[in-house]
Amino acid sequence: MKHHFTAAISMLAVMTAAPAFAQTEIQWWHAMTGANNDVVNKLAADFNAAQTEFKVVATYKGSYADTLNAGIAAFRAGNAPHIMQVFEVGTATMMAAKGAIKPVQDMMKEAGEAFDPKSYLPAITGYYSTAKGEMLSFPFNSSTMVMWVNKDALKKANIADVPKTWPEVFEAGKKLKAAGYDKCGFTAAWSPWALVEQFSAWHNAPMGSKANGLDGFDTEMKFNSPTHVKLLTDLVNLQKDKTYDYSGRANENEGRFTSGECPIMLTSSGFFGNVKANAKFEFTSALMPYYPDVAGAPQNSIIGGASLWVMGGKSAAEYKGIAKFFTFLSDTDRQAKLHIESGYLPITKAAYEKVKASGFYTQNPDRETPIKSLTNKEPTENSRGLRFGNMVQIRDMISEELENALAGKKTPQQALDDAVNRANATLRQFERTAGR
Amino acid sequence: MEKRSVFGNRLLPYLLLAPQLAITIVFFYWPASQAVWMSFRIQDAFGIATEFVWFENYTELFKSRAYYEAMWTTVVFSSWVTVLSMGTALLLAVMADKQIRGATAYRTLLIWPYAVAPAIAGVLWLFMFQPSLGMVGRSLRAMGIDWNPLLDGNHAMILVILAATWKQISYNFLFFLAGLQSIPKSLIEAAAIDGARPARRFWTIVFPLLSPTTFFLLVVNVVYVFFDTFGIIDAITKGGPATSTQTLVYKVFSDGRLGGDLGGSAAQSVILMAIVIGLTAIQFRYVERKVTY
Repeated sequence: MKHHFTAAISMLAVMTAAPAFAQTEIQWWHAMTGANNDVVNKLAADFNAAQTEFKVVATYKGSYADTLNAGIAAFRAGNAPHIMQVFEVGTATMMAAKGAIKPVQDMMKEAGEAFDPKSYLPAITGYYSTAKGEMLSFPFNSSTMVMWVNKDALKKANIADVPKTWPEVFEAGKKLKAAGYDKCGFTAAWSPWALVEQFSAWHNAPMGSKANGLDGFDTEMKFNSPTHVKLLTDLVNLQKDKTYDYSGRANENEGRFTSGECPIMLTSSGFFGNVKANAKFEFTSALMPYYPDVAGAPQNSIIGGASLWVMGGKSAAEYKGIAKFFTFLSDTDRQAKLHIESGYLPITKAAYEKVKASGFYTQNPDRETPIKSLTNKEPTENSRGLRFGNMVQIRDMISEELENALAGKKTPQQALDDAVNRANATLRQFERTAGR
Repeated sequence: MEKRSVFGNRLLPYLLLAPQLAITIVFFYWPASQAVWMSFRIQDAFGIATEFVWFENYTELFKSRAYYEAMWTTVVFSSWVTVLSMGTALLLAVMADKQIRGATAYRTLLIWPYAVAPAIAGVLWLFMFQPSLGMVGRSLRAMGIDWNPLLDGNHAMILVILAATWKQISYNFLFFLAGLQSIPKSLIEAAAIDGARPARRFWTIVFPLLSPTTFFLLVVNVVYVFFDTFGIIDAITKGGPATSTQTLVYKVFSDGRLGGDLGGSAAQSVILMAIVIGLTAIQFRYVERKVTY
């Protein structure tokens, strides 16, 4: 409600401030709430104040899924917005809709804006680019998975160092449990994202064939490999005495970390603001754990978050405005400021270097963790990103099968095999409608 | 004197009916026909590529084990919610119908939950029963019960049944109370003079006379659990853990809206529509015979 209200107010402000001559209006639909909603509105207002030719109108459309659905419905009705914020798992859906979208790189070129895809962090743009490296959408808010650690709890359990590997995490979980954290030694939010998607990239193991779908929609799932089964088997065993305790499919149980119930939690780096505001203990974020006996681990993590998609069928003038807005967003100072204030990752190399040079990371070393995680090694075809159709459904399938294994209804191998088979059936269906 | 209304103009009755017909066609027949049409096609999310596939969406559905599981879940869920919400509401209505101090206040309070949106109701129950933060969840754990709706399917099922029941009790209560109040007091008093105890008076007089209300509520409640409960399920469990709280209507929602599989989702909703039409027909054909008006 509050967000609708602020959005309405800011829209009103923009409208009343509009000068008499005709401006080209650019509709921007997004899914940002709370502090992030203010960031979006401020960006739009700043851009509108900086020039008079174009006017960006930011509108909150609900959750990521709501925003995507609203955009799809609007497209079907023939009045899609100009810019749509789409979460990373919607990438394949957007990409497959060739007639509905305008690739960002083409648009920038046609509008005559200076644009060098190489100036953006490859770990981020890789997710939103074709196999040939053509950037399709514009990264906006990016995060990755890190391990949040309650340092006071480690001290209490006499653990000297933040655990680095999975065996160390298991060991720490046991010690923490003995030290009074008996309901949850360690846990993970966004379970399918943490335990399958990020785990695969971090261990340089394919989640699916064809470079995780980046090279084509005829991809098949591969996340029932011995490495994947090993993690799930360990977790199933540790779930029995709650050394590990399952925390659900999304981030609804992130409060278990800030409340002090779970001293170690794998979740998004975007959790920072929340932890900072609510945790009454000393905390830090560390790189995700890995199995030391897996060759190549740790590789690099992949991003989460959302990017801005430009919809097709708009006029050249409108595209020019969007291109100018994207240039405005890419500005080094603006990116550096956004990164420090909001916890989003900087999207350009220049902004990252600038923040680094300012000494910000020396004072706040854990703020650099997500970037270190993303850029840990040169991405391989297993860690560039994911592009699976119907990914939202596939995540649910993975969650369901993880739950089956953790509840003891299926063996880890059986659960992952079933998840792979079900996901493959969905991928084949997607391929049928998207292939043409 | 002629009492019947006579329309001189043949067109007039149709004109008078037109607004209602238009509403029915626009808001019921048109969407329903769209669902049927969509269920024969496979389409991408943006509606760019469409393929007519005859009954493929249906055959895929009947081949999938998940669909039969969802059917069974729906049977369990709807039976419990209907029985619990109607049973509790009847009990409360009988109690509130008595001459007690503050009866009006009780009645008003009992009606309140109906004004709560399903999703909000879901969130309320989720908060209470959340294992680590919720009041009830924590007490259950303190009592030594390993309450864990995140992983235990039965616990999750109990939670959604309770939330869906709670939400519906008010509505049932309202109708039962109205039904009770329309039963002539003289009948009950006569029975009391004849020496019938309260329980006997209830089962031989009140309950049969209440049967039209009960029957009406049965139909409404079944429709409610089949269609209206997905908000509660979405807020509390999202169909999980695994698929243990995925009912038919939630599957329609998750496949169609979250998954973008419009054809499959449309096929499911057509089947769901057929099931509910069938159930209602059965209720009118067989259960209604036992109703005394």
